Amino acid sequence: MTHFDRFQGTETYIASDDLRHAVNVAVALERPLLLRGEPGTGKTLLAENVAHTLEVELIRWHIKSTTKARDGLYIYDTVARLHDSRFGDGDVKDISRYIELGPLGKALSSPRRVVLLIDEIDKADIEFPNDLLLELDAMRFRIDETGQDITAAHRPVVIITSNNEKELPDAFLRRCIFHYIEFPDRQLMSRIVRVHHPDLAEKVLDQCLDVFYGLREVPRLRKPPSTSELIDWILALKKSGVSLARIGGGIPFLGTLLKTEQDMASVVKRGLA
Amino acid sequence: MLIDFLFELRRHKLDVSTHEWMALMEAMALGLHESSLDGFYRLARSICVKDVTDFDAFDLAFSSYFKGIEVDALALAEELWTWLKDPKKFAGLTPEQRRALEALDLEALRELFKKRLEEQKKRHDGGNRWIGTGGRSPFGHGGFHPTGLRIGGPGGGRSAMQVAGQRRYRAYRKDMILDVRQIDVALRGLRQLGREGAEDELDLDETVDETCRNAGELELIFRPPRRNRVKLILLMDVGGSMDPHAELASRLFTAASRAGRFASFRSYYFHNCVYESVYEDAHFRRPVSVSDLLSGTDRDHKLVLVGDALMHPSELLHAGGSIYYHHQNRTPGIEWLRRIANHFRRLAWLNPEPRQYWPHTTIEIIASLIPMWPLTLDGLGEAVRYLIRGGRAPLVEPVVPIDPGY
Repeated sequence: MTHFDRFQGTETYIASDDLRHAVNVAVALERPLLLRGEPGTGKTLLAENVAHTLEVELIRWHIKSTTKARDGLYIYDTVARLHDSRFGDGDVKDISRYIELGPLGKALSSPRRVVLLIDEIDKADIEFPNDLLLELDAMRFRIDETGQDITAAHRPVVIITSNNEKELPDAFLRRCIFHYIEFPDRQLMSRIVRVHHPDLAEKVLDQCLDVFYGLREVPRLRKPPSTSELIDWILALKKSGVSLARIGGGIPFLGTLLKTEQDMASVVKRGLA
Repeated sequence: MLIDFLFELRRHKLDVSTHEWMALMEAMALGLHESSLDGFYRLARSICVKDVTDFDAFDLAFSSYFKGIEVDALALAEELWTWLKDPKKFAGLTPEQRRALEALDLEALRELFKKRLEEQKKRHDGGNRWIGTGGRSPFGHGGFHPTGLRIGGPGGGRSAMQVAGQRRYRAYRKDMILDVRQIDVALRGLRQLGREGAEDELDLDETVDETCRNAGELELIFRPPRRNRVKLILLMDVGGSMDPHAELASRLFTAASRAGRFASFRSYYFHNCVYESVYEDAHFRRPVSVSDLLSGTDRDHKLVLVGDALMHPSELLHAGGSIYYHHQNRTPGIEWLRRIANHFRRLAWLNPEPRQYWPHTTIEIIASLIPMWPLTLDGLGEAVRYLIRGGRAPLVEPVVPIDPGY
């Protein structure tokens, strides 16, 4: 059994108690951790920080709409092999030379424990999660071309992020530990900002948070500003040297906080900017 | 025993499986609950609940199990159900009985109603027709007030119907739940694969053959990947009587419009019935005339109409019958529908109204023209099969002329 409570957040990543607990449960039970939450709440960053805390390698697998489950295990490069057979380079009889492991394949064949991040799993084809069930459960797979079986020496810590768990199959969900990253409250948020901007004056931080949470309360924003945008915005303010006292008058660099024209318009209409 | 907690969770409609329960047990054996109730709460929730919208139900189950609060939700609902069925009988209670009932824990009751209210929302989303059509419900809120229970607060009189709706829902549950994923799966059948477009997939067999023929000189053969050739047009009724079904229709839209699913996907909107024009947007600002639409699309497009097909017969059958006062349609709606039906080789109408409400309405007339299925998992599956393979459209009783006075 691994030592429980190993993940406590890091110097650069502040995690809520619930999140810490969920990570530790997933690590101890050796089950995938499924994370959901508004964009910009640090789902992807978490994986980096878990890897950092556990002092292991992080393997990332970013999912696209065309990603196939098998690509994550390995890719058999037939063209290279045909090419070699034609021009006589290398040993074409050795198929394994043309097998390239994908992120999941690498994670499973690693001699050490690793953290595997499967990012935005809901983007893939609908059957994608089902195709991964066996591999994630048994933590082994077979390379058909060579007949080689690969079993993980150490079950990797799997962190999966999704923006829409409703579209994930039940069988898949049942195997996961689920955590919903709630939007940080003011107190947690000021801790998070402090980590990134330690030299920010208390009063200025207060003003920034006022503006930030004020914006989030504007109804029907298509994309309310999130943590990462707040941090970028404060950075922009600092870099430009715009007097933060001006915040009272209007919001400088609104574009770092709001990302659609429509949102801008509705904020301007309400006289906030 | 803790196992009761599992059943408490399941009583709150949380679909916790043995798989998850065993994981929880394993976690507790490892001491992951930190021997505290807080720890157990977090542990149990992260293992058993996989959807934020279920968190509240989990909280309810948790508090009712662990704080010993006696909210026997089911029994209470049962009681309410009985009262609702027969309010008169209830009026005949003795003052003692009445007092006893009034002394019922109001907080608990409120909690229950809050929960019902939520569930109501879900059912609504699921397309259960009971919401918003109060007039047809055998249980109006009038059935509720005679009980003398002062539950004006949460939801007011509507609660009675909601509770009633709750029971109703159980009977329909199986064929009523349609989430995006299920629609997705059903729509997967809607494809005709063919190799078209850019050649960017290596054809290994052909490559080997060609290379042999070429005396070992490497000859790479590429082919276009298999793609879906189905071209789909979605025509949706919005507003008015479709409001209760809006969420369901939008799920269908979400699933159908997913990128890359069809060779081409277009959607249009109409209100109530199709006349000269349909619209590119749901606010009816960008009209497209039906004649243009038909001449611009070939017959092999698959057309799917979504709507309740429920209207006043004159809106369908008479010239000038449009629901909009200023809109004078020279050609009756039925004629436009006929033109559409004649143009496409295969088309289907999906109707969120349950099938038992179809007879003797405009639905029946339209269904005799355009093959119609209920917008349920089964209905969707059959419609997809029909669109791809053809076969017989569902049988509709011969149309009986409708008395216009109805």
